Amino acid sequence: MRTIATGVAGLALAGAIAASAEPALEETLEIDGQEMITQAPAPEGHPFDTVISGWHYRTPETRALETDTFVNPAMLYVERGEEIWNTVEGTAGKSCASCHGDAAESMKGVGASMPKWNAKAGKPYNMDLQINDCRVEQMGAEPYAFDAADQKALVAFVKHQSLGMPVGLDLTEGEMRKWWEQGKEIYYTRFGQLDLSCASCHEQHNGRHIRADHLSQGQVNGFPTYRLKQADLVSVQNRFKGCVRDTRAVPFEPLGDEAMALETYVTWRGTGLSVETPAVRQ
Amino acid sequence: MPPRIGCLAVVGLLFGVSIASAEVVKPTAVVFEDMTVRTPLTGEPGDPAKGRVIFADRKLGNCLACHANADQAELFHGEVGPPLDGVADRYEPEMLRAIVVNPKEIFGDQTVMPAFYRIIEGQRIAEAYKGKTILSAEQVEDVVAYLSTLKE
Ligand code: HEC
Ligand code: HEC
Ligand code: HEC
Repeated sequence: MRTIATGVAGLALAGAIAASAEPALEETLEIDGQEMITQAPAPEGHPFDTVISGWHYRTPETRALETDTFVNPAMLYVERGEEIWNTVEGTAGKSCASCHGDAAESMKGVGASMPKWNAKAGKPYNMDLQINDCRVEQMGAEPYAFDAADQKALVAFVKHQSLGMPVGLDLTEGEMRKWWEQGKEIYYTRFGQLDLSCASCHEQHNGRHIRADHLSQGQVNGFPTYRLKQADLVSVQNRFKGCVRDTRAVPFEPLGDEAMALETYVTWRGTGLSVETPAVRQ
Repeated sequence: MPPRIGCLAVVGLLFGVSIASAEVVKPTAVVFEDMTVRTPLTGEPGDPAKGRVIFADRKLGNCLACHANADQAELFHGEVGPPLDGVADRYEPEMLRAIVVNPKEIFGDQTVMPAFYRIIEGQRIAEAYKGKTILSAEQVEDVVAYLSTLKE
């Protein structure tokens, strides 16, 4: 029964799929003259041969906005982040700069290797969790509410210090492997009334259009990204929320364990791509 | 068309039951035979004009998210599934019904096309959609009637 079924589908499908729109792979991205790695050989155990930045899937107009930090609308947020970096807040009377000095030096590369294992918390930390930890433990300040404008701006500023550096996680630390495995399981699990997994769209059908959207590999190397549609900076975990909601499922709690496992795994899927923060997307 | 609806309505009145609930096949009761669903899901033939609207509507079929269709070429379409031009030449209506009700029965478990008349349990389904099918029985029949007009 199944074999006949596949035969029928196969016949009907022949020819249709060959017509798919391809990402603009011949293009290269330079930001203020600095070359970005937007295609990289996939790490061992990856379903693809090549990992590809979401930049290649966007229109020429959107791609152009990322090439020059003067025209990139998200750079305003990065500037705001720099201001926060130097602002004293909390009962300890400190700013980020009090401890970490010049971000260009102390934070170079940090954004490229997150999420990273945090032994004290016993889980992977992404930039949002680390910043809240520093605010509470080191500064005596309130943690940011998820997706507070200042949180996104500060995350973008700190990650921007790694611009161009290849994403690479240390999965040997602590229990990173276990979290990676959990994230992988979530990635392939179908959710919602529409019964779709991350892989249904970003692995099985990347390169094709879903309605007006050109499906990419769903890489996170550009986050927080500026979305033209929302005219705002969007965090990684907010993007996950949107994609899960589109399947008519309940999104994972932002920064909760499932979402952190997913961020760990999805970040690994982009190993070798340059940090593009803040990237510009449709 | 209108006279027939009239007739059925009268019958419904006479027997004191709602026609819709009396004749609708429940999602769990749909029978698949040789990759077809022979019994219509409702007692009334589908309306292709309504089906055409459901096909495009993002909140209903949203079939255009994944399928091109020259008949509605003015709207944005996707390319996750094959173009549906001439689909009625390739499949009998009974098979089109089976595809819309639950494409996994036809294409296998790996297909990404959602089942439009199946109730899924668990998998984090949002409250608003729990225990519900994506389309109603009537809407499925409308879509099938519309697909049956797509000849080349
Ligand atoms: C009083 C000192 C202090 C202040 C103020 C402080 N931090 Fe930290 N930060 C630390 C210490 C210590 C660590 C090492 C990790 C740990 O033990 O938490 C750290 C780690 C980090 C890391 C991870 C570095 C790495 O290599 O993994 C980042 C990113 C970071 N801080 C950002 C910030 C930001 C942004 C602010 C301001 C909102 C801030 N920190 C404020 C002390 C501070
Ligand atoms: C119904 C299809 C669909 C599903 C299922 C889906 N996505 Fe997406 N996703 C999209 C679309 C459409 C976009 C916007 C176009 C693009 O960048 O691929 C997108 C964008 C993204 C992006 C941004 C990429 C970039 O370059 O900025 C990430 C990250 C992402 N998705 C992750 C996920 C994860 C993780 C899951 C599962 C939890 C998931 N998606 C499930 C359709 C989907
Ligand atoms: C999320 C994507 C998606 C959506 C939404 C979707 N389909 Fe499909 N459809 C597919 C895919 C993919 C196939 C190819 C079968 C396979 O290989 O899995 C398909 C196949 C079909 C076929 C068989 C076509 C052929 O020539 O073999 C028909 C008919 C069809 N779909 C009708 C519909 C209708 C009607 C709707 C809306 C009520 C719809 N589809 C919504 C993805 C989708």
